[in-house]
Amino acid sequence: MSIRRWLTPVLLAWLMAWTGLVAAETDGQALLNNLTERDKAAAVTAIAESGDPRARRWLEAFADNKLSRMKDSGQFVVVLENRGRDWTVEDALTGEAIGEVSRRNLDRVRINNAMRSQIANTLALLDLTVDDIDQRRQAAGDLRGQVDEDLVGPVETLMNQASDEDVREKLAQALAIYRVEQGDVSAVSVLSGSLNSDARSALNGAAGSDDPAMAAAAQEAMASIEQKLKLNKAAETLYFGLSLGSVLVLAAIGLTITFGVMGVINMAHGELIMLGAYTAWGMQQLLPGQPGLALILAIPAGFLVSAFAGIIIERSVIQFLKGRPLETLLATFGVSLILQQLVRTVISPLNRTVVTPEWMSGSIMINEALSLTLNRLYIIGFALVVFAGLMLVMRRTRLGLDVRAVTQNRAMARSMGIRATRVDIMTFALGSGVAGLAGVALSQTTNVGPNLGQNYIVDSFMVVVFGGVGNLWGTLVAGLSLGTINQLLEPWAGAVLAKVVVLVFIILFIQKRPRGLFPQKGRAAEG
Amino acid sequence: MTDSNRMWLTRPLTEGSTRLFLGLLAAAMTAVVLMHLVFPEGHALHMSIYTVTLMGKYLCYALLAVAVDLVWGYLGILSLGHGAFFAVGGYAMGMYLMRQIGTRGEYGHPVLPDFMVFLNWDQLPWYWHGFDMAWFAFLMVLLAPAALAFVFGYLAFRSRVTGVYLSIMTQALTFALMLAFYRNEMGFGGNNGFTDFKDLLGFSLLTDGTRLGLFIATGVALAIGYVLCRAIVTSKLGRVSVACRDAEARTRFLGYRVERVQLFIFVVSAMLAGVAGALYVPQAGIINPNQFSPIFSIEIVLWVALGGRATLYGAVIGALVVNYAKSVFTGIMPEAWLFALGGLFVFVTVFLPKGIAGLLPKKKRPDDDDSDTTAQEATA
Amino acid sequence: MSIFTEFTERDRVFDFLAPTASPVDVRHGPILYLEDVTVSFDGFRAIDDLNLTIDDGELRCIIGPNGAGKTTMMDIITGKTRPDTGSVWFGSRHNLLRMNEPDIASLGIGRKFQKPTVFEALSVFENLELAMAADKRVFPTLTARLTGEHRDRIGEVLEMTGLKDLWRREAGVLSHGQKQWLEIGMLLMQRPRLLLVDEPVAGMTEQEMERTAELLTGLAGQQSVVVVEHDMGFVRSIARTVTVLHQGSVLAEGSMDAVSNDPKVVEVYLGEGI
Repeated sequence: MSIRRWLTPVLLAWLMAWTGLVAAETDGQALLNNLTERDKAAAVTAIAESGDPRARRWLEAFADNKLSRMKDSGQFVVVLENRGRDWTVEDALTGEAIGEVSRRNLDRVRINNAMRSQIANTLALLDLTVDDIDQRRQAAGDLRGQVDEDLVGPVETLMNQASDEDVREKLAQALAIYRVEQGDVSAVSVLSGSLNSDARSALNGAAGSDDPAMAAAAQEAMASIEQKLKLNKAAETLYFGLSLGSVLVLAAIGLTITFGVMGVINMAHGELIMLGAYTAWGMQQLLPGQPGLALILAIPAGFLVSAFAGIIIERSVIQFLKGRPLETLLATFGVSLILQQLVRTVISPLNRTVVTPEWMSGSIMINEALSLTLNRLYIIGFALVVFAGLMLVMRRTRLGLDVRAVTQNRAMARSMGIRATRVDIMTFALGSGVAGLAGVALSQTTNVGPNLGQNYIVDSFMVVVFGGVGNLWGTLVAGLSLGTINQLLEPWAGAVLAKVVVLVFIILFIQKRPRGLFPQKGRAAEG
Repeated sequence: MTDSNRMWLTRPLTEGSTRLFLGLLAAAMTAVVLMHLVFPEGHALHMSIYTVTLMGKYLCYALLAVAVDLVWGYLGILSLGHGAFFAVGGYAMGMYLMRQIGTRGEYGHPVLPDFMVFLNWDQLPWYWHGFDMAWFAFLMVLLAPAALAFVFGYLAFRSRVTGVYLSIMTQALTFALMLAFYRNEMGFGGNNGFTDFKDLLGFSLLTDGTRLGLFIATGVALAIGYVLCRAIVTSKLGRVSVACRDAEARTRFLGYRVERVQLFIFVVSAMLAGVAGALYVPQAGIINPNQFSPIFSIEIVLWVALGGRATLYGAVIGALVVNYAKSVFTGIMPEAWLFALGGLFVFVTVFLPKGIAGLLPKKKRPDDDDSDTTAQEATA
Repeated sequence: MSIFTEFTERDRVFDFLAPTASPVDVRHGPILYLEDVTVSFDGFRAIDDLNLTIDDGELRCIIGPNGAGKTTMMDIITGKTRPDTGSVWFGSRHNLLRMNEPDIASLGIGRKFQKPTVFEALSVFENLELAMAADKRVFPTLTARLTGEHRDRIGEVLEMTGLKDLWRREAGVLSHGQKQWLEIGMLLMQRPRLLLVDEPVAGMTEQEMERTAELLTGLAGQQSVVVVEHDMGFVRSIARTVTVLHQGSVLAEGSMDAVSNDPKVVEVYLGEGI
């Protein structure tokens, strides 16, 4: 039976005009009743043309053998679970759950195989007529590789009528795939440059064609696609690299301040990051149902929690170890053990999940081979904002000036009336607070658990050392480039080996340039 | 001042402090052996073979601590990666023990260790050859950590990476090795490492006699390691090493090649750590990549700091005290152990910079008397 | 020149065959020779086209205002800093720019730092022992024994520096002046051909300064001595030839009287009363 008979262009126009408007008016029960009649094809057409929003559900259930009718009430149901004697069903019209019904009481609406392909085609076209533009684009995209002899006509019509450029292009590709498969050389040019996998497999098939003209054209088109794919792959690697790098920058930049400016090796830095991540988790516990708001509030809260913890560490430990960097390393390592165990004891040794708010999930589709996940994009942005903020604090505020003065000459700064002790506290609080910010960001990419900090501490130190101690720009460049190198290596070395290679690379790099990428020069830097 | 005309290696044996240390060590070990052998099981003074082996492990840690103290206390290099040398030595021993299993493994393969059969490998990787011979394996226990230390130290010291940077690099070294050893493809058993050892030099590791022998061997190794380190630190080279620690540039301007001094002592220390690891593995019955974890390495530093930096006996005391405390704590209240360990780090660095050794009553330096007498002579 | 022709010159003494004891060759002129040396840090020229010649056995004083490049010059000679351009020769055979600090020290160039640097954890005796001229490679140092001759030599220096009664004290407990003396003592133990002495009398009493002056003038003749000093009185008391450095290059050179009357020098030191 030909589809053209029931889906004539005229009908289609009518369908599009009346979509939605008629939906509510149409009697669903009557439409479904038709399915149990003899002319099921007409019934399917009627359902498709009804524009009823439930149409897809019905047709899918029908094609799946899941549309049934209750013997006693004549009510149409969709079977959800069909194991055992009692089946779980819901009302086909209202969508309400009915619960378990004895299998014997159900009368399946029968379907034959010819019907199935009709339904598949109907479903493929169904979404092309809805109001929602995104759904239409999606449906147009899905048609690629699905077009067969029966669909060519309707698809062509829809393409000519489509107002949206994207829909039109996708439909054109769908048709071209069909034509290339049929051996039409002129259709190859439509597919050239398309990143769609169905288009590629159609061209791939055509490249081995007996027709030399076809084979040559297809091969050329394939080459241009390969080129494009490679570029996209590179862009994706770069994107992953930058996002990983941003995480590294976030984790390390607080350390640059405490290590570079104060000369304090803070091994508890990782645990300050962990505190920030737990703050994000805690905020979401306080505001159930509003993960997004909680996350935004966690940004200042995470800063404050970690900064406060930093002040306690500075006052209770670090101030007694001035000028003994190796001792601060050991003491703060002790602090890190205590903080980890504290979290294990007070909260739980198990990982906690921090919910990703809706506006952070999903991705931006650049083209069909490249889509950028939103949460990574947010992290890159967040890292840059934090970096810019820190630059501003160090360059433009009184605190920044004091910090730089104390770094360069402590005694002189003191005699100029700068209270070095207070500057120390503030600096450490700032570095710790930034660690807290990093923690809030990390809660979106990794498990929040007591060991979270440990995973980042070695990497953070590497970034600081690689970039040149005390240099914010160095940290930025080092973090981003290490992240990218890591991602570049991963495909051929594997994640673990890539990390090992990066570590070895830094160890070797430090031999050549002991002061990192951006060293401080001159006599003052020596000794 | 010690008699400087003796051979450098035997010179420590004339020292009162070294004799005291060796005497105490011998006495303690004799006590352990007697408590195990003489008193019957169930007797209040009986020491089970389990406890003897535990003591043996402590002695391995003590030797490791001595090795760390040699580089940190006397050379000023805070190594946060000595666990790596310990583990490499341990793995070398582990490879020998794995080869000794032979057909007694679960898969019964005559050559390949179980994990390789499991991974469907059909032959030994090249670096596994020779480990069926004890002499070769024992040589590797010394050479493998030495080679690692040599390559790393050569690069680091040549380019004058010192202080905090060097510490961070050593930490990165052990971290990188840990990640690498976790990989199955490395051919070191992945994250399970090596275990289920059967025998060593033909003696079954399951018998009390072998375990007692291992305990004694560890004690002897500690004694030799201690004397060797003592010989180095009391030699002129030991004084040069202290000179490098306190004023590197000055030492260089006196004509000493600081990087070579550092390299020599670093490599010796790595070899001692390797021996400690090799003795540890048959007693612990397992070696896995956790021994490479940065936390373990930094814990070793704590033992030394607690015992007293730049006093070799202090390192021994620190290792024994911390590990005994760890056994007690993890037995009674495991939750509290990390609190205690963390607190100890803070306490020692802030309040006890000289460690336990700094608390011990110090023998009055004979110098002061001497200078008094010479001063009197001069005025007379 | 190719390596082969080098080897075919039968009468030539190859570097690796040359005797190690006092290898410096001063038959053809000066012991130290700096030519067109320039070094800059971040664009700032600490040493700018410096030329300096020290003769064998000479006692030379180098003066100059702060930042004139005196310490940087010493850093270059001892191998701590590499110049951007120029050449530095020790005698006529040794290109110092190709050597590192220990090599240069073993050649016989000793240095006393501006801030007295001694090994504080070691005793006075041990400080001198380490400085003593000896085979300073690792294994010989490990197995080194102290002979009677060595003890005598150390005793002599203890006597000379007035530290005899303090020989067992830790160097860290010495006073500033005593540390200066100890460092000078360490220099003497090295038996260098050339001594570079940076501000030797800072923190010394009048008497100690006199003794230092005696010591340095006594050394000159057998050894070459370069003294960098701020104390003009001291310089006047020992100087034969004075070099004035200014902004990284030589401003004037000559006897103390000639230099102090030089109008350029007076201008640089204006108000400092040379």
